[in-house]
Amino acid sequence: MSTTTSAHRASGAPEAKLMSGAQILLECLVRENVDCIFGYPGGVTLPLYDAFYDHPIRHVLVRHEQNAAFAAEGFARSTGRVGVCCATSGPGATNLVTGLVDSMMDSIPVVALTGQVSTKLIGSDAFQEADTFGITRSCTKHNFLVKTVAELPQAIHEAFYIASSGRPGPVLVDIPKDVFQAQAHYTPVSSIHLPGYKVYTEGHTGQIRRAGQMIWDAQRPMVYAGGGIIAANASAELLELVELLDAPTVNTLMGLGALPAEHRNFISMPGMHGSYAANMGMSNTDLLIALGVRFDDRVTGRLAAFAPHAKVIHVDIDPAEIGKNRVADLPIVGDVKRVLQKLNKVVRELAPTNQKRNAAAREAWWTQIRDWQAEHPLVPEVSTTEIKPQHVMREIDRLSGGQAIVSSDVGQHQMWAAQFIRFNEPRLWLNSGGLGSMGFGLPAAIGAQFARPDKLVFAIVGDGGFQMSIPELATIANHGLPIKIVVVNNGYLGMVRQWQELFYNNRLSQVELNTFPDAEKLAGAYGFKGRTVEDPLQLVAALDEAIRENGPYLLNVRVSPFENVYPMVPAGGAINEMVLGPPQPVEA
Amino acid sequence: MLQVISLLVENKPGALMRITGLLSARGYNIESLTVARTLDPTLSRMSIVVDIEPQLRAQVIKQMNKLVNVLQASDLTEAAAVRREMVLLRVRPTLNSRPNILKEAEIFGARVVDSSTEGFALEVTGDPEKLDVFIDLMRSYGEIEVTRSGTVVVALEAKKLRLSPPVPKTTISGDANEKRETRNENTIHG
Repeated sequence: MSTTTSAHRASGAPEAKLMSGAQILLECLVRENVDCIFGYPGGVTLPLYDAFYDHPIRHVLVRHEQNAAFAAEGFARSTGRVGVCCATSGPGATNLVTGLVDSMMDSIPVVALTGQVSTKLIGSDAFQEADTFGITRSCTKHNFLVKTVAELPQAIHEAFYIASSGRPGPVLVDIPKDVFQAQAHYTPVSSIHLPGYKVYTEGHTGQIRRAGQMIWDAQRPMVYAGGGIIAANASAELLELVELLDAPTVNTLMGLGALPAEHRNFISMPGMHGSYAANMGMSNTDLLIALGVRFDDRVTGRLAAFAPHAKVIHVDIDPAEIGKNRVADLPIVGDVKRVLQKLNKVVRELAPTNQKRNAAAREAWWTQIRDWQAEHPLVPEVSTTEIKPQHVMREIDRLSGGQAIVSSDVGQHQMWAAQFIRFNEPRLWLNSGGLGSMGFGLPAAIGAQFARPDKLVFAIVGDGGFQMSIPELATIANHGLPIKIVVVNNGYLGMVRQWQELFYNNRLSQVELNTFPDAEKLAGAYGFKGRTVEDPLQLVAALDEAIRENGPYLLNVRVSPFENVYPMVPAGGAINEMVLGPPQPVEA
Repeated sequence: MLQVISLLVENKPGALMRITGLLSARGYNIESLTVARTLDPTLSRMSIVVDIEPQLRAQVIKQMNKLVNVLQASDLTEAAAVRREMVLLRVRPTLNSRPNILKEAEIFGARVVDSSTEGFALEVTGDPEKLDVFIDLMRSYGEIEVTRSGTVVVALEAKKLRLSPPVPKTTISGDANEKRETRNENTIHG
């Protein structure tokens, strides 16, 4: 088990070329099929940016490093490819941190390249020095500090392999300035060596067989599918299982689009702002088939009361997720795509002898689910006197037809978008699910539009998060990205205001955003079109205009300021104890 | 109860930080930690004594096994294992109690590594509880200075190094016997 980095040279390689560390880095990126990097230059990355100058890899200059990380995430989330961002040492690197934690929480494959002060200066409090390796230890899946140019190719390829395999995540490579400058003979790396890195893909055959039996034994099965389905590109396998069983299926916030929203078995999102039917289903199922999910507290509510009647089959590629929050009656560690391929086969084999057994009970289960759906359907609020935020989502949904990319920021609008916009494919819905990072929506939309130039991309943002990422309007204008920015503007930090209203006696503390720039002038200042709309009768026309515009468009929608997101499970509540709407005025 | 974790890790900068960071991020205090390279100089063996709530132990071990630099983390708290620690101790007894100290040292198997008019320097190894007793005893003879090495541990079951993570006996998950695959060497395309 040798760890020599030079042990795996490709045989018969052409004579090694003398190249700088920066050129070697770019060569490694080309070999990893990188064609787009989001970054911001600085002192120690000068040698790298000199190499970018005449290199075919596209470098997108953002206006803040945090947005480079978010744009890389948008790129990765909308394609499944590794997103790459780049920043200089010190403040450049520390500005990436939020984006790294964000991709860590949502298991998004990102490689971050940071410059570091020269090796001889490390530890001397040099200008723009920060302990990037130490700072990012806990917010990456793994990180590297490359001390010599000889280690560089190995580190880069290992970084991409770690980021994209197993449970994906961010990997940072910190590269000192003198490593960029050093000249070395470059020979391509043909294999990598990670003796401690464990990836489980296949799933235990016996467990899968037992899962098949449990599935047919269930009378009220429910599929609970999450971001793991999307990460594993397992939508086709999920669809097959759902149709084989004819099981009601919920997709988590991270999993929207895993099963097409228009599929008859799709019962929307569960959890804190999930639908009544989804939460009642979760609370009454006798078999929860959990696929690529992590039983997040926003889904489960009070854990002790979550799915109290259910046995749990839990499939996840990360062994540490099994039993972390909810004990799994039947755990399967593996790639959910491979596991589902095998499981579907088992379920199909067992079907003839089992299909009829619980058919009546399952029929009744469906009736129950349909009753719940009818009892409290998710219907967007619409008014003729003011624009309801839900109404905005309904209209965007109509324009999207389940096909557009929607990059959302964080807060009320995120929940309404998740509730009312259909996603018929994976990788259309981009949002900061785990970390809940405001300022995510706009830069992530930039990353997605670069990755998928043919797609209609909406950035749905609140007036709070928009103002956190406002510098990126320059990036959008620069590249003429035809992103449709829809500001759902209620003049408040809406979700915080909602909680202050409901749980802090309506003492609205520091949540009013009473200054917002004139959208037309703001967009105009960047050279593209913008408009504010407040009349509900003009909403459709305004959105149509935004879509017809060839370039970027900033649509500022003034919505009713005091709208709350419902249903809502109060913090610490069980998910079947939903508040379904605002208190109704008592009639005399 | 204190938990004893044995880890086999890559002998690389940052490996120690990742492991201790995982513990400190959860607010656990490390009671002792020893680390030294193994026969294979690219690997290190680490023994950690730490207090983790029983219901979270399996989770912490799993998280350790997820670290890219960790080849194997095992909970040896309840396993058949030998734990040893070394103490270096200086004691300044009165002149007439010097013979008693030598007697006590013999009982505990301690070696005298220095003797002067100032007193003795003693070296003793044993399981940590035994060393506690010895230290208490020495304290009764006068002022002492103590350096403890921290616990090192070796499992008694003769099992080969597994590259896949062991599932601790305490876990509920039924995948303990699962045949697991490990990918260590991977080919890069391009």
